[in-house]
Amino acid sequence: MSVIEVTSANFKSEVLESDKPVLVDFNAAWCGPCRMLKPMLDEVAAERDDVKVVSINIDDEDELAEDFDVSAIPCLVLVKNGKEANRSVGLIPKDEILSFIEG
Amino acid sequence: MFDVIIVGAGPAGMTAAIYARRASKSVLVLEAKSYGGQIINTPDIENYPVEAHISGFDFATKLYEQAKGLGAEFKFEKAVGLRDENGVKTVVTTKNEYEAKTVILATGSENRKLGVEGEDALVGRGISYCATCDGAFFRKKTVAVVGGGNTALEDALYLADLAEKVYLIHRRDTFRGEDATVQKLAARENVEFVYNSTVTALHAEKRLNAIDVTNKDGSVRTIEVKGLFVAVGRIPENQNFASLVELDPAGYAVAGEDCRTKTPGVFVAGDNRTKNVRQLVTAAADGAVAATAAIAAIADF
Ligand SMILES: Cc1cc2nc3c(=O)[nH]c(=O)nc-3n(C[C@H](O)[C@H](O)[C@H](O)COP(=O)(O)OP(=O)(O)OC[C@H]3O[C@@H](n4cnc5c(N)ncnc54)[C@H](O)[C@@H]3O)c2cc1C
Repeated sequence: MSVIEVTSANFKSEVLESDKPVLVDFNAAWCGPCRMLKPMLDEVAAERDDVKVVSINIDDEDELAEDFDVSAIPCLVLVKNGKEANRSVGLIPKDEILSFIEG
Repeated sequence: MFDVIIVGAGPAGMTAAIYARRASKSVLVLEAKSYGGQIINTPDIENYPVEAHISGFDFATKLYEQAKGLGAEFKFEKAVGLRDENGVKTVVTTKNEYEAKTVILATGSENRKLGVEGEDALVGRGISYCATCDGAFFRKKTVAVVGGGNTALEDALYLADLAEKVYLIHRRDTFRGEDATVQKLAARENVEFVYNSTVTALHAEKRLNAIDVTNKDGSVRTIEVKGLFVAVGRIPENQNFASLVELDPAGYAVAGEDCRTKTPGVFVAGDNRTKNVRQLVTAAADGAVAATAAIAAIADF
């Protein structure tokens, strides 16, 4: 699968009600480390069927960012059964993304 | 065995890779995170010769493509140790060991932390090390900046335009940073200077709510803030190589403009070296000098 763009309109159905764990990437176009992370997330999305990878643009979706208490990006949040299961702030290599989704 | 192993794919390391590949040496670049180094955090570079404006991301990506295009091999593994056995260098990473005739350490620097309990858990939940990156989350909120150098002053000025109120906390009563910026801050109604003070505790529930600030005279003040921007400098990343490279008290690798260390065949390039100006152009210059010295050392190997 590829990375799905999520907004407040589809947040509930794509993230909270997902039957698979969801890796949420909070990012912005002006954020260099977010742009570095993006191709790695694209790879994870393509390689892994057991997780859904979604992207939330914090400039367009400031309320979603606020709901998740995001105050620095890039910020990855793992959501399982509608609940936060793990969080990582800052640029990490792909290996760490893969171990992050296990956690 | 590689001719050259370069540790760190920042501007210094990738420039070294370009020089070594153009001399047809085999090159392995080891990088702990992602290529680019610190510069990927900045949206606009205005002082690199030739390009009047370029984003840090574009700068890093172009440099990476140039080094890769010339045949440098990149592996995303963190180097955790370095050995020298009869001239053969072994770089130990979190996953493997690699041998080389020469090694260039281009590991740059990391943000210095405050060292207050609970800090790590609050990164991204109120604590940040980059005002231009994360300031936007604190529009119309109250924030504090810690530090006394130019970065702290500029961060405070940047945040003063966004935030409701900015406290600038400094452990002395005069700033190391430029006086002109101090004057600009003094003219802002929403900036308050907190002198002779350090942050001694963080109060948080889900996210940061307040900080304790302790004055030199022993008095403690609790200040409600949603954001705390830490600008207390950067620290070099040399600890893993200290057995072969002399470090100064601040942790920088001791080497002159020739980038040579006390161990023949081991060079340092970029921000992790003792020097006065830590910029892209000086990092790139070190990369060229270190690679050229490494190329000469390979000939004698
Ligand atoms: C916000 C910001 C804005 C800036 N703006 C400018 C500007 O406009 N103009 C300018 O000239 N300079 C600017 N600078 C300074 C410039 O970024 C640095 O001088 C330059 O990046 C130094 O390059 P370097 O290669 O020595 O180190 P770094 O850029 O720090 O790169 C070091 C690399 O090594 C990696 N590394 C570290 N340890 C290991 C290890 N053990 N194993 C493997 N890899 C490792 C790191 O992950 C990193 O990728 C700015 C810096 C910052 C933070």
